[in-house]
Amino acid sequence: MKLLFATALLFSVAAHAEMTVTIEKFVFTPKEITVAPGTKVVWINKDETPHTISASDKGFVSKAMDTDDHYEVTFAKAGDFSYFCTLHPFMTGTVHVRAN
Amino acid sequence: MSDHEPTQMNRRAALGCIAGWAGAAVIWTVAGGVPRALGATSSGVAAASKNAFTFAQISDTHIGFHKEANPDVVGSFHRAAADINGMQHRPALVLHTGDLTHLSKPEEFGQLKELLTEIKVDRVHTIPGEHDALDDGLAGYLKSFDHDGKQRAWYSFDQNGVHFIGLSNVLNFKMGTMTSLGDEQLAWLKKDLAGVSKSTPIVVMAHIPMWTVYAPWGWGTADSDQAIAMLKPYGSVTVLNGHIHQVLQKVEGNVALHTAMSLAYPLPTPGQEGIGEPGPVKVPADRLGKLIGTREITLVRGKHDLALIDTPIDHA
Repeated sequence: MKLLFATALLFSVAAHAEMTVTIEKFVFTPKEITVAPGTKVVWINKDETPHTISASDKGFVSKAMDTDDHYEVTFAKAGDFSYFCTLHPFMTGTVHVRAN
Repeated sequence: MSDHEPTQMNRRAALGCIAGWAGAAVIWTVAGGVPRALGATSSGVAAASKNAFTFAQISDTHIGFHKEANPDVVGSFHRAAADINGMQHRPALVLHTGDLTHLSKPEEFGQLKELLTEIKVDRVHTIPGEHDALDDGLAGYLKSFDHDGKQRAWYSFDQNGVHFIGLSNVLNFKMGTMTSLGDEQLAWLKKDLAGVSKSTPIVVMAHIPMWTVYAPWGWGTADSDQAIAMLKPYGSVTVLNGHIHQVLQKVEGNVALHTAMSLAYPLPTPGQEGIGEPGPVKVPADRLGKLIGTREITLVRGKHDLALIDTPIDHA
């Protein structure tokens, strides 16, 4: 019974996994994250300056995010997704999507 | 120009002076590409001579910004407009070197367009900043500020014997690098300059500095060397930039490059210790007016000298 419960919980986490990346002081934190397929990554801008999230291959591109704006992408497939802020291209980050 | 005999200064000494005069208007002449500081003043004394051609530069108004670093950017604009209208020799035109708005919203472009009518000049010319190119590129900007009707942000015009060139370096951002002008625009620039005589004074506007001020913050233009090389054969070239919200200069032969203050909020000095990122710097309310302001530029006919006066909105 105990084992069954644990399995159900794990399944639930995987189905609704969410990871937050904070944008603060012109830096993505964490700069690199590793997540399972199906994970939703949410970026939140804490700066007074607008930022964007743009995949280096343009696979996903956000609109300009003002202070406290959110942007989210659900990563269905495994791979390495590098991204940057189109307004401040020195701001870079990577999402590694890895199946177990 | 002033009646005082200018003291010849080398660039290092001149730049040292400007640091010492922070908060006061500073008068510059640019002769043969070498800036000479004439003196500091709190009210822009060096009145232009009768036949001088004067224009003003404003920059980085960031209409729509309302955070702590300056909760009233519109109020700052009103004060700058009053300053320009109160000049002894009213400038013939105003140049806005980009970041008209903070978030490229239609209402922000509309508000700035209306605010610009407060300044009593014949013409206002703008170029876009990266804050004017959010989400839909330059489509929103060009709805209100398409100066030559060609649906692009670069253009040129002539006034009072000066050839003015507006450039756009706010669309080509690539991961990990500085912005660029791009090949199409560089080709246009080459063609545009082909029709300009070498003795014609040239004033170039571009939002992001046309030299590498600080690469880690993207404060430079990757292909600016190509543009500067095209401009070098001309006798008097003045490049006016914005973006970094502070006054800096660089001289390359006959080409003098100047960044300007913002009318919204200050930014840190390049790589400023203890800050680490190019975000708005919060200063006490009584300091803000010393760190934002306008620029007056005078061309004296027959001299090819440009005199620059940077005036914070708080002045005597």
